[in-house]
Amino acid sequence: MPKTILFIEDESALQKTFGEIFKQEGYEMTSALDGEVGLRLAKTKKPDLILLDLILPKINGFDVLKQLKEDPDTKEIPVIVLTNLEGMQDIEKVIGLGATTYLIKANYSLVEVMEKIKKALGE
Amino acid sequence: MSLKEIFAQLNIFTQCGKYGVSLWQCPQFLFLIMGVVIIGSTLAAYAIGSRYIEEPQIVALIVLVVTAVLFMVAASITRSFERLAEANRMKSEFVSVVSHQLRSPLSNFRWAIELLMSGRIGQIEEKQLEYFKILKENSNRMKELVSDLLTVSRIETAELPTKKEECHLEDIIKDFIKEFQPFATASNVEIAFKPQLNLPKVLVDASQIKLVIENLLDNAIRYIKEPGKVEIRLERQNEQLYFEIKDTGVGIPKDDQKYIFQKFFRSENIMRHQTQGTGLGLYIARAIIEKLGGKIGFKSQEGKGSTFYFTLPIK
Repeated sequence: MPKTILFIEDESALQKTFGEIFKQEGYEMTSALDGEVGLRLAKTKKPDLILLDLILPKINGFDVLKQLKEDPDTKEIPVIVLTNLEGMQDIEKVIGLGATTYLIKANYSLVEVMEKIKKALGE
Repeated sequence: MSLKEIFAQLNIFTQCGKYGVSLWQCPQFLFLIMGVVIIGSTLAAYAIGSRYIEEPQIVALIVLVVTAVLFMVAASITRSFERLAEANRMKSEFVSVVSHQLRSPLSNFRWAIELLMSGRIGQIEEKQLEYFKILKENSNRMKELVSDLLTVSRIETAELPTKKEECHLEDIIKDFIKEFQPFATASNVEIAFKPQLNLPKVLVDASQIKLVIENLLDNAIRYIKEPGKVEIRLERQNEQLYFEIKDTGVGIPKDDQKYIFQKFFRSENIMRHQTQGTGLGLYIARAIIEKLGGKIGFKSQEGKGSTFYFTLPIK
């Protein structure tokens, strides 16, 4: 069984790029373009990992993360936040809410993001 | 300052035009009005006073009226300064919003290039690779520029948060030297670091001081155009920690030296070498060092090299 990753991100270009990488690395990716769909898919699909953007339509990433961690069905799923926000307050807030890792998009290459994902998946 | 420049300074209308505010909101114009009112009222008070000296109430009334007028003018001057400050703040905020907006497409762009270049979705030919490299380098340059712009706008809106912690500066420097080693080797530059023994820790914001050291080290290596040397010193000087970085690079022309910490300023001789850079690094470095209570400066001679230094208070 390939491991599944839920990617909640409103930029479809990123969905495409990561989709390709995940496919090649042997993961199955489910994508959600807004927070609402993201939350629903997290509950129904129970992915092994969630990759989450913070600025999202409908329900923003902070609230998605909060709800994920409050729900007994989803609270064990590791969440990696991948965002352009880099304020100290945002980072502290997200870590406080229970995210596994906080990655600022501008600071990482694809390969490095992949490494963090594998680490979070325990590989 | 030449005579022409002095006249240009005195031309209030052009000066006010630069701010993009109306004449009645322009500090220079309001000061002129205030001056005219003061001179006029002094003369009037003298003329009236010498004629109606037997009626002191009138003089008192005039003084009262003049004071009221001056008070109103002063109030509008204050208000006009507020408007200018507000305009400046809005400009910085605009830069911040735009930079943030630029980041998303830029990440898509960088990662898509990385995916293409990895050969994962089809082999690319040698000749194509060259152009992919150009795309990659330039997207990285754009990324640097955007992040510098964000730092600058945070400095200007006083939103650069400082999270102080005790740091060993020599460890930070050693890490950077390691990181920059490939770049230095490729540029034929030798890096020597001589820290004093048993240096105390300093209370700084690590991420910010890293930005300063990274900028200074990057500049030192980047502007060496022949085989050369970068020497870094770190020592205690009384109650301060003194950092110095000396290079054998192109140096800064004398005429450009006074502008070197200005935003977007790039020296004429480095523009000639077509070296990339945003002209923001030293501006950022100075803002950070001054915020941490230190001083930054340099000595330079064109063709010989530059020495940049900064101090930081120990506790």
